[in-house]
Parts: sequence; C-alpha cells; structure tokens
Amino acid sequence: MTMQPHIRIQKVSKVFGTGGSEVAALDDINLDIKAGEFICLLGPSGCGKSTLLNTVAGFSLPTSGVVQVHGETVRVPGPDRGMVFQEYALFPWMTVEKNIAFGLEIQKQGWAQIAGKVDALLEMLKLQDFRARYPKELSGGMRQRVAIARVLALDSPVMLMDEPFGALDSLTRRNLQDELLRIWMELKKTIIFVTHSIEESIYLADRIIVMTYRPGRIKRDVSVTMPHPRDPSSAEFNDLKKELGMLVMEEQSRHNQEEIKAPVAD
Amino acid sequence: MKKNCLAKTFDILHGLLVPIVLLALWQWLSSQAIVNPMILPAPTKVLARWWEYLMPVQAYDPATSGYLAWMFSGEMIRDAYASMYRVTVGFVVGAALALPLGLVMGAYDRVYKLFNPLIQILRPIPPIAFIPLSILWFGLGNPPAIFLIVIGAFFPILMNTIAGVRNVDGIYIRAARSLGAGQATMFLRVILPAATPYILAGMRIGVGTAFIVVIVAEMIAVNNGLGYRILEAREFFWSDKIIAGMFTIGLLGLAIDAGMNRLNNHLLKWHRGIENK
Repeated sequence: MTMQPHIRIQKVSKVFGTGGSEVAALDDINLDIKAGEFICLLGPSGCGKSTLLNTVAGFSLPTSGVVQVHGETVRVPGPDRGMVFQEYALFPWMTVEKNIAFGLEIQKQGWAQIAGKVDALLEMLKLQDFRARYPKELSGGMRQRVAIARVLALDSPVMLMDEPFGALDSLTRRNLQDELLRIWMELKKTIIFVTHSIEESIYLADRIIVMTYRPGRIKRDVSVTMPHPRDPSSAEFNDLKKELGMLVMEEQSRHNQEEIKAPVAD
Repeated sequence: MKKNCLAKTFDILHGLLVPIVLLALWQWLSSQAIVNPMILPAPTKVLARWWEYLMPVQAYDPATSGYLAWMFSGEMIRDAYASMYRVTVGFVVGAALALPLGLVMGAYDRVYKLFNPLIQILRPIPPIAFIPLSILWFGLGNPPAIFLIVIGAFFPILMNTIAGVRNVDGIYIRAARSLGAGQATMFLRVILPAATPYILAGMRIGVGTAFIVVIVAEMIAVNNGLGYRILEAREFFWSDKIIAGMFTIGLLGLAIDAGMNRLNNHLLKWHRGIENK
C-alpha cells in the first residue's frame, strides 16, 4: 500500500466535441502523486488543467487512459475527493453550519457527532461568529473558508481545488494560502491545486506541473524544496519564478496566436 | 425619527387622496339623484350593507352559542370561510400534483418530452372552460368547484417548477455530487430549494388564479361563498350588497397575496433578491 502512489494518472487523454470540431484538451498525461503531496497544476487558460482536475474528481471521465485514487479507478465523483470551486458553490439556502454539515448528514452520522465536527471546523477556519449566516452575507474570502470547511468535514484524504482563490483580492488570497498550508500540514491531505498564478504555485506546492496549451501535456514537473513559510522576496523564490514565467509565457503566446487565428471560448 | 414618522403619515394621506375624492364624487352623484340608486347606490349605503353582511344575523344569546361562535356567525364570515376552504383544498391538491411532476419534468428530459405536448395543449384552456365538463363529471357542490381550482392552480405551479429546476446552477449539482449526495438528497435538499424562488412565484400566480376561479365556480355550481352571494344579490336587485360583496372579495384577495408575500420573504431569506429585511 505504501509503495503505491496515492493518485495515479495513466496515459490520460481527453477530447471534447466530435467530427470536425474536435479539441484535444489532454494528451497522454502521466502523473503519480504521493500521499500528502501538494501539487499545483500551472498553465494559461485552455491548457486543460481544470479538465485534468475534473477527471480526478470524476466529473468528466478521460477519453482514454485511467485515473486511480488509492488503487481504485475513478468513475464518479465522491466524498473521498473533496472539491473546492472557484465560484465557492456554497448552497445559498443553507447557513454556514448547514453547508458544513451537509456531507456529514448525507453519511447519516449521529447528531452529536456532526455538531462536534462542525464546531471544530468553524473554529479551525475562524468562522465561529458566522455560523448562522447565509453565504450571501459573507465576503468572498469567508465564503471560500466555508467551502474548505465543507470539504474538510468529510475527512477525505484528497482535496481538489480549482483556482479557489482566483476571485479574491491579494491580501485575502495570501491569508487563505497561509490557512491552507496550515491545514495541509496539520491534516496531511493530498492536494491538487489548479492555478494560473506562478507566485501562488511556488508559495504553496511541493511539485508544480507546468502544462502546455492545447493539447494539454505535461511540459515540466518542478519540485519545490524551499521550507515553509516561503519568502516571495527571496532570491531562490524569484529565480524559480523567472524560470516558470518563461515556461508559462511560451504557452501563453501559443494561446494568443491561436486566439488570433480563430477565437475560442474559454 | 420624528421626521420619518411625519413623512410616513404624509405618504399615507397622499395615497388616500384619490380614493377619497372618488368616494366623495360618488356620494355626491348619489345624493343628487343623478344616477338611479338601483344602478349605483351611495357609498354610505354600501358600507351599511357591508356591516350588516358582516355582523351576526341573530342577537347574541348565550343559551344557544358561545360568544366567539356568535361573532363568526355572520353571513359574510361563513361565505368567506366557504370560499377560502375551496381555494385552500384546490390549491393544495393542485400544488401536490404540480410540484412532483414539475420536479421530474424539469430534471429528466425524457419525462419532459413525454408530458410536454399534452401540457401545451391543455394549458391554454382557461379553467373556466372546464365548467361544463366539471359539472357533468362531479355534479353540483364542492367537488366541481374544487376541481376547477385544482386546474387553475396546477399549471402556473407546474410551469414555474419546471423552469426553476432547469435553471438550477450546475455548480450546486456538481458540489452536491462530490459531497456524496444521492438521488433523493439531490432532489430534496439541492434541486428543490434551489428552485424555490421560481416555485414560489408560480404558487403566487396559482393562488391568484385559484381565487379568480373560485368566484366564478361559486356563481355556477354551489349555493354559498362570496361568488354565489353577489350573484344571488343581483337576483334581488341588491346592488349595495353586490358592491359590498365585491369589496369583501377584494379584501380577501389582498390578504391572500399579502400572506403569500410574507411566506415568500420568510422562505427566501437566503435569496439575493430581497437583501434588505
């Protein structure tokens, strides 16, 4: 069991559309992720990083190839792979605590047990004062805290995050990045985190997977060994930023050229 | 605070201006004997008749009934109760049929395609047009009236429920699936609440239609209720009672709509549309 990677992505390809309008979103992706690793998928929009995340989540299955989590092939979404969305996706008709308890209530856990877990999570994410609020009454940062708590409630070993902090201002963003790192170290989750921010990926990840633009392939697999907390003003940080910046820019310019030729939605 | 109160009083007076002027004009027309009182009785006469319609017929007698029972023994109260009973039963049955069908039709394209043609044919038929058939099927009395109200409430609720389900943001479905929600949970705790703004809007229309239909149905199939009473008054040329009855119908309609509005605001506390309050 320990020898096996936690998540194994094998020869995964994904084609959208049929006939003349086929788009190869992913092409022959191979990736092994160890338990407890923090992986960032980095690339310009249209590089298939969210598509890859969705194959792990089970929202859309690969056209060919397999995704295995804990040795089991992914076929449907499930609570063992909690997902945090950029748009928060909180249920607006439920209060903060109801949102967090939702997954637990589905599992038919006992009332007292649910209450205990919800309390602990509210505390962990500093949401105690907002437990009876509705999502619309919260700021973007607070909403994303709730979304993270909702996923943590399930105790799933894997956390999938699709540009979760993309819509937040930079201060809130840094704040949540630190919270996420704290939670990750404390709970030892395996995290796959999609972002197009180079700095964010260096700040967070053990490994950064740089992807190419259409078809999405792995361009570079970069290990980041700097200890946490990382200093974005350090020389090492900035060297890596420069290196990754060049890789991403190459793909971004391919993206731009294609867009000039034929505008694509994404 | 004081200024606010003053402004409020002014607003109320401002809103009363047109009704008061019209009432005065009406009273003047009647007092000058310009119009036949049989055609248009004076507002004071209508009000007197309304009061008489409202109050108990017999004098209070502790030996035969309690005070409360006596208070509510007026003809109007009994008529309003009869009408409300029909609206309530018809609306509840209509909603109980429309809601599950709407949920399933909205969620499953196949079911939608199965039922939609039939619904598109039946929907444009005004509920009133079902009167002959309903009397043929159910005879006289409450059953045909309630049947018509069911039809009146059914379609607006059905159409809005379908639209509500179809407009549920896919992100909620995806989030719920990844949190482990099964089919039942998805319907009851995600799709249904997400569609509530639409469903409640449909219910509001449905209750309005039900109220229209009950008045018409009472003119034909039964011998009590507010609709029956104003038609009966015409036979006796009691124009004051006709108008008094219409006034009551208006008040009841207003009360129903206000009640629905309150329910809406309560159930949609979480919704964006009503940020304040």
